[in-house]
Amino acid sequence: MSIALEDARIDVGRRSYLGLRIEHAERSLASKRVISGFGFWIFLLSDIVMFSAFFAAYAVLSGETAGGPSGKDLFDLNRVALETACLLLSSFACGVASIGARARSDFMYYGAMTATALLGAAFLFLEIREFAGMIALGAGPTRSAFLTSFFALVGCHGLHVTLGLLWLLTMMAQVFAKGYRADIMRRVLCFGLFWHTLDIIWVGIFTVVYLMELAK
Amino acid sequence: MLGKLSWAAIPLDQPIPLLAGCLAFGIVGGIAVYVVLKGWAPYLWREWITSVDHKHIGVMYVFLAMVMLLRGFTDAIMMRSQQALAFQAPGYLPPEHYDQIFSAHGTLMILFVAMPFMIGLINIVVPLQLGVRDVAFPTLNSVSFWLTATGALLINLSLVIGEFAHTGWLPYPPLSEFAYSPGVGVDYYLWSLQISGVGTLLTGVNFVTTILKIRAPGMTYMRMPIFCWTALGSSLLIVAAFPILTATLAMLLLDRYFGFHFFTNEAGGNPMMFMNLIWAWGHPEVYILILPAFGVFSEVVSTFSGKPLFGYRSMVAATMAICILAFMVWLHHFFTMGAGADVNAFFGVATMIIAVPTGVKVFNWLFTMYGGRITYPPPMMWAIGFIVTFVIGGMTGVLLAVPPADFVLHNSLFLVAHFHNVVIGGVLFGAFAGYTFWFPKAFGFRLREDLGIAAFWCWFVGFYLAFMPLYVLGFMGMTRRMQHYDVPAWHPWLLVAAAGVVVILAGIGLQIAQLVVSVRHREQLRDTTGDPWNGRSLEWSTSSPPPAFNFAALPRIEEDDAYWQTKQRALRQHVLADEPAYTDIELPRNSATGFVSAFFASFLGFALIWHIWWLAALSFLGAFVTFVAFAWRDRTEYRVSAEEVARIDRENRRARRAALAHLGAAE
Repeated sequence: MSIALEDARIDVGRRSYLGLRIEHAERSLASKRVISGFGFWIFLLSDIVMFSAFFAAYAVLSGETAGGPSGKDLFDLNRVALETACLLLSSFACGVASIGARARSDFMYYGAMTATALLGAAFLFLEIREFAGMIALGAGPTRSAFLTSFFALVGCHGLHVTLGLLWLLTMMAQVFAKGYRADIMRRVLCFGLFWHTLDIIWVGIFTVVYLMELAK
Repeated sequence: MLGKLSWAAIPLDQPIPLLAGCLAFGIVGGIAVYVVLKGWAPYLWREWITSVDHKHIGVMYVFLAMVMLLRGFTDAIMMRSQQALAFQAPGYLPPEHYDQIFSAHGTLMILFVAMPFMIGLINIVVPLQLGVRDVAFPTLNSVSFWLTATGALLINLSLVIGEFAHTGWLPYPPLSEFAYSPGVGVDYYLWSLQISGVGTLLTGVNFVTTILKIRAPGMTYMRMPIFCWTALGSSLLIVAAFPILTATLAMLLLDRYFGFHFFTNEAGGNPMMFMNLIWAWGHPEVYILILPAFGVFSEVVSTFSGKPLFGYRSMVAATMAICILAFMVWLHHFFTMGAGADVNAFFGVATMIIAVPTGVKVFNWLFTMYGGRITYPPPMMWAIGFIVTFVIGGMTGVLLAVPPADFVLHNSLFLVAHFHNVVIGGVLFGAFAGYTFWFPKAFGFRLREDLGIAAFWCWFVGFYLAFMPLYVLGFMGMTRRMQHYDVPAWHPWLLVAAAGVVVILAGIGLQIAQLVVSVRHREQLRDTTGDPWNGRSLEWSTSSPPPAFNFAALPRIEEDDAYWQTKQRALRQHVLADEPAYTDIELPRNSATGFVSAFFASFLGFALIWHIWWLAALSFLGAFVTFVAFAWRDRTEYRVSAEEVARIDRENRRARRAALAHLGAAE
């Protein structure tokens, strides 16, 4: 019935307008879901470009220890492995939450979102511990250009995770208050993209900052 | 409690900026009071401030650009008059004030005149040319505009409270580091650019998405008007380049606020990294500005030659080639860094290669005119003035691209003449061409042509008078940014340049007169047809100004130059096509999100500049709450009923029929 109606409408709409043949565009334009997701991807690409500037600064300055400690003296690969595990698992949980939202399963959505939040918070906790430990050793960001670029790059990622947690809690509250409405679902999609992108950045940091430093 | 802010921040010892600032804010405040007293505030709030309609946002962008042009031009008058007077004399501007003026002039003209002007034109025109009803993210569009306005506000606030940067329009370290610039000037610069930069980035995201994902049925990529292509190129460059600016300024902020060592002389910092990073944004930025201007000229030249654009495909290819090459030439801004002959040679050659696609464009415009029936209304005058002027600017640019020549001319007035040659002759002439071309579309009446032509000639002659002497002075060894000088040979040329500024001033006066006179006589100048220039693309197929929904039914495009072909068919057959079946149209509801978040962003910026941390935290919270409140809305759209659409469209069709009869009689 509804399909027939829609077809009929398109037939009617296929007349012409000021000589331009027209048809109702709802069918030929991209859906709102595609537009939101695509637009947000473009934004994420720009975010990655921003990170690339911090990566470039790190690459330039990573040898400039100014007589202070180098990465080899400061990094603890076990802790970094644990951080990585937390973040990757939280990304998995975030994927589960997306499926849960699509399946309209409250248990799956809220459960997985909570797991995402807890793992993200654990990551942040470990990172702050790392930072605090380094500052206590006198190896804060003002010590040398190497530490400046390290704290800025890794801290910028940490700041993204923090803002992501704020967004995550907002999304839980939104679904709680509004249900799985179409516009909310688009935001859940964007949040998922954001969270996964933070993983991609982290893989870059893990490799360029920690592994390459310790392999020296 | 108030951080670094105290009564000492009011520059009572510098009467010129203080008086100018008070005057400017007095005028703005006076206008605001007048508007409220007249009872126009609700209209302004409903139709403009909270509007998410791309046409209204575009108009506000252009308005902001024009107001800031007046401010930036005032700075220019002061610099030129200072240099005319300061021959073996101190002149009337003390050095610390003169430094702020040239810094503010460049910052304002690039980021708060050229950028908003181009983004404004893109906003007004691109959705109409694509045959659609709005951009991808209408509310975000409003946020973008208001964040740009916040940046402009903060920069102008520095006139009255505190100071502006003394460092030039790009704050090169180590001068811009806290040790050498402990004042708030650089902080004003950094925070206003960070805030408006977010707005610009969101605009880029918005238009990339709009152009790639939302086009009328049948509007394939190769059928898009060239202005849409250049807008796409510009938006792609924004998305790829502005994050670099954000990151670079963030690094400088970390240096200044927390003692980091990105660009310091000590502890391994690297000042030259700033030059590399800032120009990795700065050079694409030049193309962000000029590409839309190229698009405007393409539309204008084709319309007023009565011909399709020559070499459309090569124009598209040239635009995209420029997009890529824009990222491969940044080092030519500092050949003197001493990167070595190989590196300099690479970037010199890459720079010369950019002249190739640009040259392709120039030839395309010339061949479009060749054999056409050319008319010369103001937009076409700007276009022809552009071609002549821009070619000169391009050639001096190629000259500067030769590293040995650059070593001689680096930081001289030759460079200043070159970039004004391309930015005024290219971007600004393009902005004015677009302004006079699309004004009837945006407001429903034309601008007076006689005053427009007079304004053009003043600008054109004034430009040559003001800047050709600077080329000569560059060869004579005069460096840029000099507050005073003792070389007698320079003085006459600087007097000529000052005279040129007076002629440009006359041009700006004529433009203001043109606007005022046209508004007063708008009934005689009314554009009832929606197609005042016999245009070729879809924006001319709807009424002027277009209804909120742009098109009663979305056009279906089957060939290039969509509207032109349609018109020719209608003229041949002497009939307008049948009425479409009108249906309800859903449009995005107004939203105060942009205005309110920019309100908080203004306080956030101000608080961060003056180290008022509690206010910064409060403002950030306010902005967050604003976004959550926006996200909590249940009704995001409103409906225009089919009857209302039909009523508006039938009016348009009546006018269109009359215009068609008129055109048919003329043939």
